[in-house]
Amino acid sequence: MEALIKKRIKQVLKGDQSAYGEIVEIYKDKVFQLCYRILGNRHEAEDMAQEAFIRAYINISSFNIDLKFSTWLYRIATNLCIDRIRKKKPDYYLDAEVSGTDGLTMYSQIASDSILPEDEIENLELQETIQREITKLPEKYRSVIVLKYIEELSLNEISEILDIPLGTVKTRIHRGREALRHQLRNV
Amino acid sequence: MKCPDNIVLYMHEYLDEEIDEHDEELLKKHLQTCPKCQSYFHELEKAIALVQSTSHIQAPSNFTENVMARLPKEKRRVSVNRWFRHHPLLTAASLFIILMTGSLLSTWNKDHEFSVTKQPNLVVHNNTVIVPEGEVIKGDITVRNGDLQIEGKVEGDVTVINGENYLASAGNVTGEIKEVNEVFEWIWYHVKKTSKELVSVFQDKD
Repeated sequence: MEALIKKRIKQVLKGDQSAYGEIVEIYKDKVFQLCYRILGNRHEAEDMAQEAFIRAYINISSFNIDLKFSTWLYRIATNLCIDRIRKKKPDYYLDAEVSGTDGLTMYSQIASDSILPEDEIENLELQETIQREITKLPEKYRSVIVLKYIEELSLNEISEILDIPLGTVKTRIHRGREALRHQLRNV
Repeated sequence: MKCPDNIVLYMHEYLDEEIDEHDEELLKKHLQTCPKCQSYFHELEKAIALVQSTSHIQAPSNFTENVMARLPKEKRRVSVNRWFRHHPLLTAASLFIILMTGSLLSTWNKDHEFSVTKQPNLVVHNNTVIVPEGEVIKGDITVRNGDLQIEGKVEGDVTVINGENYLASAGNVTGEIKEVNEVFEWIWYHVKKTSKELVSVFQDKD
């Protein structure tokens, strides 16, 4: 797998753009998922994931071919998402209470476009709840938790991706886990 | 009962698979006896399981196309090279056809002069080659841009290119008689000749 990626990268370095398409195809789900879990919004996640691939392409000559490509790519994506969170404080959250209503949130204002069986709705609701709780985590805990438990990366790799010491990664994972324990205990 | 110091840290170290044996022993023993820590640990495990349970989502359709469309344009040369690389058979075939037709057409164009295989006893008269009556030609005869009239006997193949072949009733040819008049026939003739030669080469080897 890594050998195939390296071969494609060498082709891209020679100027062969279509070889890059294969790289995108291989990593698109992982990168999109990473962005979605950090940002909690499909539309933004798609924007950031695309941007990550484009930046990786433009800067591919600065990539050290002896390192793992996915680490480098995830680093670009994670940084883009973190920047996005820091820059843009959204005007409203979907789960903020709508003023003048009693406990109604914006979620209840969104019409569901299809009728689903009850257990699927329950599952979807659970998924939404979990995602909402992930999104509530402070950004520095959120990225480590997503990298560890959704992308299933090792602590060492996370430390490389985020460019922070291993000890810091551990501390953040511990705190992130504590926060999630607290938030999800009654789910 | 008092919980050991650092028991929560041990839980995290355990979850990260970074706990040393001694601490693990301590953690396990304590969890068996302390319901409070047990439920705390259980909540941590539950939180992890829930996060991991979020079904794997996929990138939207057309994701790759959208990325590719937004990349800076590549150089033309590269795309041409890539086409050749990706279609080696087509490249080889087209190269072969180009060279083949080129060389055949040049031979065709070059050969608009009258010529005939040198054989004794042949009579040449105004671009007509005559095998006189009663004569026997031993070997093949090829006539280009001229006619051939056979009144005698030819012990071999006869080929007439861009001309006509008259075989008199008394004439006799032991080999094949071929007439070639059009460019395509000329090419076909060459191809057949080449393959015959190839076959004979292989047969010689055997």
